[in-house]
Amino acid sequence: MSEIIEQPRYGCALSAQQTVLAIPRALPIIHAGPGCASKAFSFAATGAGFQGEGYGGGSHISSTNTGESEVIFGGEPSLEKEIKGALKILDGDLFVVLSGCTSDIVGDDSISVAERFAAQGYPVVGTETAGFKGSSYYGHEIVVKSIIEQFIGDVKPQVRHGLVNVFAVVPFQDPFWRGDLEEIKRILTNIGLEVNILFGNGSAGISEWRDIPNAQFNLLISPSTGTEIAELLEAKYQTPYLQYPILPVGGVETSRFLREVAAFAGLSSLPVEKAIEKEERRFYDYFVAVSDFIGEYWNNLPVDLYAVGDSIYAPGVSSFLVNELGLVPRGVYVTDEPQPAWQSVITETLAARDSRLAAVLKFENDGGAIEMDIREKDKNAGKSIILGSSWEKFLAVDVDSLYAYLSLPLDEIVILNHSYMGYSGGLRLIEEVYSAVFKRKTATSRSIV
Amino acid sequence: MSVYKDTAEVEVRERRLDAILSYKGDAKTLNVQSKKRKVNCPESSYSQCSQCSEGCAEGLICHIIDAAVISHAPIGCSLGASSRHIVGRAVSKSRGLPEHKVQMICSNINEEDTVYGASKKLFTAIYEADRRFKPRVIFLQSSCASGIIGEDMESIARQAEEKLHYPVVPVYCEGFKSTIWSTGFDAAFHAVLRRLVKPAQKKQNDMVNIFNFTGSNTFIPLLHKLGLRVNYLLPMATLEQIASVTEAACTAHICETLATYVAAALEEQYSVPEVKVQPPFGIDWTDEWVREIARYTDRAKLAEQLIVQEHKRIQPELEKLRELLKGKTVYVMSGDAFAHNLANIAKDLDLNVIGLSTLHHDLHFETKEQINSLEALIESVGNIKDVRVCNKQPYRIIKVLQRISPDVLIVRHPNLAPMGMKLGIPTLSEGDANFSIGYDGVLKFGRRLLDLITAEKLFGNIAKHARLPYNSRWRENDVDDVLNNRMLGGEL
Amino acid sequence: MSIYKDTAEVEIRERRLDAILSYRGDAKTLNIQSKERKVSCPGSFYSQCSQCAEGCAETITYHVIDAAVISHAPIGCSVGVSPRHILGRAVSKNRGLPEHKVQMISSNINEEDTVYGASKKLLAAIYEADKRFKPRTIFLQASCASGIIGEDMESIAKQAEEKLHYPVVPVYCEGFKSNIWSTGFDAAFHAVLRKLVRPAQKKQRDLVNIFNFAGSDTFIPFLHKLGLQVNYLIPMATLEQIASLTEAACTAHICETLATYVAAALEEQYGVPEVKVPPPFGIDWTDEWIREIARYTDRAELAEQVIIQEHERIQPELEKLREQLKGKTVYIMSGDAFAHNLANIAKDLNLNVIGLSTLHHDLHFETKEQANSLEALIKSAGNIENVRVCNKQPYRIIKVLQDIKPDVLLVRHPNLAPIGMKLGIPTLSEGDGNYSIGYDGVLKFGRRLLELLTAKKLFVNIAAHARLPYSSWWKENSVDAFDDNTQDNEQSIVI
Repeated sequence: MSEIIEQPRYGCALSAQQTVLAIPRALPIIHAGPGCASKAFSFAATGAGFQGEGYGGGSHISSTNTGESEVIFGGEPSLEKEIKGALKILDGDLFVVLSGCTSDIVGDDSISVAERFAAQGYPVVGTETAGFKGSSYYGHEIVVKSIIEQFIGDVKPQVRHGLVNVFAVVPFQDPFWRGDLEEIKRILTNIGLEVNILFGNGSAGISEWRDIPNAQFNLLISPSTGTEIAELLEAKYQTPYLQYPILPVGGVETSRFLREVAAFAGLSSLPVEKAIEKEERRFYDYFVAVSDFIGEYWNNLPVDLYAVGDSIYAPGVSSFLVNELGLVPRGVYVTDEPQPAWQSVITETLAARDSRLAAVLKFENDGGAIEMDIREKDKNAGKSIILGSSWEKFLAVDVDSLYAYLSLPLDEIVILNHSYMGYSGGLRLIEEVYSAVFKRKTATSRSIV
Repeated sequence: MSVYKDTAEVEVRERRLDAILSYKGDAKTLNVQSKKRKVNCPESSYSQCSQCSEGCAEGLICHIIDAAVISHAPIGCSLGASSRHIVGRAVSKSRGLPEHKVQMICSNINEEDTVYGASKKLFTAIYEADRRFKPRVIFLQSSCASGIIGEDMESIARQAEEKLHYPVVPVYCEGFKSTIWSTGFDAAFHAVLRRLVKPAQKKQNDMVNIFNFTGSNTFIPLLHKLGLRVNYLLPMATLEQIASVTEAACTAHICETLATYVAAALEEQYSVPEVKVQPPFGIDWTDEWVREIARYTDRAKLAEQLIVQEHKRIQPELEKLRELLKGKTVYVMSGDAFAHNLANIAKDLDLNVIGLSTLHHDLHFETKEQINSLEALIESVGNIKDVRVCNKQPYRIIKVLQRISPDVLIVRHPNLAPMGMKLGIPTLSEGDANFSIGYDGVLKFGRRLLDLITAEKLFGNIAKHARLPYNSRWRENDVDDVLNNRMLGGEL
Repeated sequence: MSIYKDTAEVEIRERRLDAILSYRGDAKTLNIQSKERKVSCPGSFYSQCSQCAEGCAETITYHVIDAAVISHAPIGCSVGVSPRHILGRAVSKNRGLPEHKVQMISSNINEEDTVYGASKKLLAAIYEADKRFKPRTIFLQASCASGIIGEDMESIAKQAEEKLHYPVVPVYCEGFKSNIWSTGFDAAFHAVLRKLVRPAQKKQRDLVNIFNFAGSDTFIPFLHKLGLQVNYLIPMATLEQIASLTEAACTAHICETLATYVAAALEEQYGVPEVKVPPPFGIDWTDEWIREIARYTDRAELAEQVIIQEHERIQPELEKLREQLKGKTVYIMSGDAFAHNLANIAKDLNLNVIGLSTLHHDLHFETKEQANSLEALIKSAGNIENVRVCNKQPYRIIKVLQDIKPDVLLVRHPNLAPIGMKLGIPTLSEGDGNYSIGYDGVLKFGRRLLELLTAKKLFVNIAAHARLPYSSWWKENSVDAFDDNTQDNEQSIVI
């Protein structure tokens, strides 16, 4: 991993304003310099397939826009006024304060300011998310943990059997989070679970968050970010958690995922198996149908795979493409700086799927270094596909490789409920990878381009 | 007192130009009060997110050819790299230049660095940029974090230069230093003036400096008609173009907010005269601009011919557009001076500019001779009743739009279009600031408005389903009344 | 009896070449029985879909430069226009030609037309094509419908020509007339010979006619080594290229099934000699082909030099490929002669060709001198035990594949790849008929096979989930029971 970063793949901790915006009717209050919220939004929403301001994002985001006087005299009074203003005119259920570099270096106690409002009964949570403290992944965990600690608080769980809280991809930092969460909720509901999906339009919002302590268990679909959230909930509410360390994509992995979840939840296997059978039937009907295309366009299909994405996404997608579509992994680049302990989870998980995947796994947050590595390796460019961001698209075009989109930044595509998660996501990924053949050249079954 | 001072930093706009961030009233009053330096600027206890100087500085310097940029900041500050890269590719293509690549590295300041210093990382980033990009200049962009921890970019730049033998240029654009984000333009230009501009070797009497953004190539065809060449600055300019900016016959620009500092400094330091009329938006302003340029390049007769020809050429389509657009009401929300440009085009299309909101307002510019486009607009359009100065703040502007419900909203900045669209107002985003210049600009503007209006159903559909994040108190009351109400009390 | 006759139509393959659609046995027996014109050809009680002559004619006429095509048919016959258009764009780009556009109009025959006649529509289509495309020739493609209602395309063409002053050329490719779809190639070539080919103005001694499909540009670099120029025919050829093909030093092709008719006719009518060895697939055939071409162009010495150089050049990689591929079993299913081409490459890579199925088989060609690539293959690769002639018919071929379980299946025709893939057999589709020619063709073929084998998981995955539409009776019995020369089986399959 690199100290310096060219071609950034993630925002700073303050980008977790997007985590707040992903909760229905929750609104962020930024205590930072004038450009911070706009930049974070431009990257993680506009630059993530134009996801839009939604209910309260974009130019609506409350921000103290701290200037010189706050830096010199302290910014707590500004923050207090800002929170008051927000509470007066905004129509939200939860307000999360996120501080930036200016306030955190000069030592504003943003959390205390927030707590004073919370003490008066206002739904206000305080977090410190200065850019220098960490990445948007770090910020996401901070925000979720703070909501749990400060907003849900010390309640006595009333456990409901069959209720699960899901912690998976990081909203917005995963450009497909909306579709991904829809799919997770769909397949978990199918096997008989009640799902608190927590983010996106499938979530009931704040009432769902208040329900978190009552879950039978927490489901963590991640080898990395989210681990500390699950641990916190275990310590705080004694809720056990299941960590599924790879994104389930496609028939094999998703069925395995559902079986593990069902076993952990103690669901009776017959209905679960029935649900899986139905899903697999659908998935493989589509899959087998595309085999005609595969046969006739084989000569133009990619053989070598490079994938650039975060630790939650890139391994699962790569594993599917290698194990179900037979691509040869040449590079799996994990861009989100996972902690050392998490790195070994990722490596082991991938090795268990296919040892070649673990062999080409790299932890690299410097996009420039990833580009140099792929240029070095990809001597068979005509037969490779690079999955990644806009940066990988430029690289692919330059080295004459195919490309498909997987990770931020994505400035040249409109994303609504696109997803690579689960059964439906696997199908979508097949469409993307094979349609890539036509994106750049005139490929036909009768010509090799 | 000189405009340009040989200091590391240029003074922020609040102090230098008495820039303000709020006003409500009519255009004439704002102009009168500006001259007296006594504008009524209500402060607000609540604000929504704005933009910062770093972004404005970055937009100029990251598109200089053969330059690398170090963002000396946590990772969040330079997130725009990929979208700028895409703009660079598009614009270089549109201008027929080699494909432009944005070459940026972030020093990735972390918590430890804020305590023990980040200089080492800055050096690493500089030398890594040298290795990866083989640039001919490296810009160092400061940030809130680097500014507050007191990074000594001057001495680091000097040290790196000794090793690299090419300019390493600090740009002081810390976001917190100015609430007026366009201070970032001044910061970038100041850095360029300090380190890259060279005295003229020989005068190029047919060369015109055009300060602009990364926009399309509209000035070359326009000035070609006067037999003049264009030096586009700073985006997509080579270091040679920048060095020889002093050789041009005169300096023009697309917007006072962007370029009055650099233009005045060039006039003062290198005697390159600045074009002191409004930029060429709308027919009358284009006429004057062409005449002014002709004055500095000694082609008055040619200019008059051109004006007559161009008027004649555009007349038939202009008439038709006017007929189709006549009387439609327009609200413009854009940068200080640029909003005036857009309003002046709207007038030429017989649109009714019923309101205007600029994102800040400079009470004056660098010199007394520089143009006052607000005054020019009043002269050309008449007084505009509903004028605001407001740094975005949708919680205010949406209420204005709801009240006056214009037929069309015109914006230029990111994240502003949804304000109009969510209210069902067809909204035109004037992203490319070069697009609408000159005589053809008026026609193109009209055509685009017609296209926009045909999509009415789209905007109606959005409005029907959009929800705004404001409560009933905001809806039913004056915003200032709500905010000034001292206690939160039982109201919540 | 002459090969070319000045009639509107060429005789269909069943009668002209004694083409057959079924056989099972070994390669040698097929070759011997073919010579004796006595092949055991069981018919069948049941068949699956095949292809038709119109489709084959289309592949030629659609891609003539400056031509327009009228499909005189209901709309279903010409629905392939967009993929052919795309192919034309791809190939013209690959060959460095101006972007090719397929210019096709369907006369859109409907029920009323079948009763009251469709000539008016045909004329309307012709004049509309003239107006829209400004072509320099218009082909009229017949269809089952136009054929059965007895459309007089000859007189319509004449009428239109008088008005348009350029050739309007009927192509008699009614699907129902022949069970051998490659009859459509003959139909198209016959039309071209009749109306577009001109006697030579001057001989071009360094020009070689190459009859091929719309494939990639492999022949130009290849023949460039002999200092020869290539006249690619007919896809992507201009009318001038077609008119002057009589000027070439000789005629070669990529496949007997495609071009023996036109090649023999050119030799007979215009004295352009035909290259009478198998096409240049595999090293030995390439050697022979070069020598034969050299003979007609008087550069024997150069040919021997090229052969030595080329052998030397490809040797190192060839060795490596052979090592990696050695002994892998291959089954080939392709057009009659083209399957032999593929088998001959496979042999050079030390693959084991354990079976072969051609989609039809011509017992002989137009003249006795023309190459017999089946015999050549037996000579070069030895006898092949499991040989079939079978016009696709997956219900039969799948059983064969299940039996002999090859490591790789090679196919070339649409909709055949899934047959192998659904059984988990890595399947290579040889879509581009030009791609694997010459010495480099062998290497490229080997590389592609290696890539194919890396994707094993994909094929296993498909097989794990594919379901075949056949009954348990099919699973448990030999489908050869469907042969209608087994008298008692009719009862045995009654349910």
